[in-house]
Amino acid sequence: MREAVAGLVRDGDAVALEGFTHLIPFAAGHELLRQQRQDLTLIRMTPDIIYDQMIGMGCASRVVFSWGGNPGVGSLHRFRDAIENGWPTPVEIEEHSHADMAASYQAGASGLPFAVMRGYVGSDLPKFNKRIQPITCPFTGEVLTATPALNPDVTIIHAQKADRRGNVAIFGIVGIQKEAALAAKKVIVTVEEVVEELNAPVNACILPAWVISCVSVVPGGAHPSYAHGYYKRDNSFCKTWDDISRDRQQFRAWMNRHVLGTKDFAAYRRSIESEMKVGHV
Amino acid sequence: MSEAGYTPAEIMTIAAARKLKNGTVCFVGIGLPSAAANLARITHAPELVLIYESGTIGAKPDVLPLSIGDGELAETADTVVSVPEIFRYWLQGGRVDIGFLGAAQIDKFGNINTTVIGSYEKPKVRLPGAGGAPEIATAAKEVAIILKQSKRAFVEKLDFVTSSGYYPNASGNGRPGSRGRGPTTVITDLGVMRSDPATRELVLTAVHPGTTIEQVRDATGWQLKTAPHVETTSQPNERELSALRDLHARTAAAHGNAATAE
Repeated sequence: MREAVAGLVRDGDAVALEGFTHLIPFAAGHELLRQQRQDLTLIRMTPDIIYDQMIGMGCASRVVFSWGGNPGVGSLHRFRDAIENGWPTPVEIEEHSHADMAASYQAGASGLPFAVMRGYVGSDLPKFNKRIQPITCPFTGEVLTATPALNPDVTIIHAQKADRRGNVAIFGIVGIQKEAALAAKKVIVTVEEVVEELNAPVNACILPAWVISCVSVVPGGAHPSYAHGYYKRDNSFCKTWDDISRDRQQFRAWMNRHVLGTKDFAAYRRSIESEMKVGHV
Repeated sequence: MSEAGYTPAEIMTIAAARKLKNGTVCFVGIGLPSAAANLARITHAPELVLIYESGTIGAKPDVLPLSIGDGELAETADTVVSVPEIFRYWLQGGRVDIGFLGAAQIDKFGNINTTVIGSYEKPKVRLPGAGGAPEIATAAKEVAIILKQSKRAFVEKLDFVTSSGYYPNASGNGRPGSRGRGPTTVITDLGVMRSDPATRELVLTAVHPGTTIEQVRDATGWQLKTAPHVETTSQPNERELSALRDLHARTAAAHGNAATAE
């Protein structure tokens, strides 16, 4: 993991950490923070706690997204503070809808310059995002919407398992991971475990080893998100995050203590678990 | 809890659930729409097909999902497809009968805002943003919207149109490029508004028991029109109330009380 991030992610890169409310690559996000990557363009359909942490630590200069919140809990306080008050640094936003970002990743994975969709009818978003443009169908004359392909420098995802050869299987809500991976120049995957054989059904969602730059084993690496078939989402952490992240200093202290102050994700998990047990997070 | 024996939030959810007919295909937003849609499915509409934007088709959750992509949705779905597929084949492809949305702000034409309060460049409050709503609002055959009624939410002019209802324009056609009928029904904790087929403006058609037309007007930021005959929503029955309360109790137990109390 440490070597994957060190070797594959550079300051200034456009990085997509994907996982549509499932299999969110928290461990990889934390490693980007430990290695103090700067000036990143962070791409993600649903920036949630992991991007709240990364934005609040100042590693993003731009965020490309379609829905930013802490699902079922409320606002992302650090994300909002960056947009509303420029803290800790101003963050430029490029905002889309889900249908648009999904289509743009597909275009990126398909080697096309743009995606076409029926989208944003009557919405104000195209007034503020010049990367959403009308396009006329050459066959029917109908006016549709075009948005440019997404081609991240690096896509990072978390998956359930890999086999010894590095083929990766994703189960459950597969989200946008396949498209985000195939659209990227480089792909980092963290997995729950390595198995001899995937024994996956023939139509399963599989990323073959030869499209992946690096696979790292990080058990629990999606926590507090979940890994279908392995562990459930830690809802109480997601709720607690609302308190931790509300105050700038408290947030920074928490991140320094648990993320920057630990050597890896396993140490981070031990650190937050011991603190949560004694009840003052 | 009012002396009526149920809360405003409960009658809102129950009134919204009643609008969903058995056998229809419903694209569900998280929160209030999800509670109402699942209440409908476990009471009068067992064949209601619930689609969530995480790619779960035919989800039958026993507890309300906290996020749009909970494992419960995948485990109970008829099939789970990718996010591009759900938006392209199933929504844009015209296979959704009713889109069911929430909102932070709504105007009299059913346009909704989930993006910002204040200006876009310097927002007073930055809201989560569009998610799936702009395309749900225009591609579903019709749209229902559920939110609590107040002057702050029901405004004369939206700070930002995230997803369109009927927006007056030069040609007089309020929905160019849109394929569905748009918002037909808005359900709140005070009553029900329906879109007038001629003017497209929301008109109060029902008040919940114990609520007056004046109360609804006072909680609306524009001159709310009323139907010639404003009905009173029928009282929640025992089956509806117990199903809803059981659903919330199971949800609270499953999510460690992290779920909202709606």
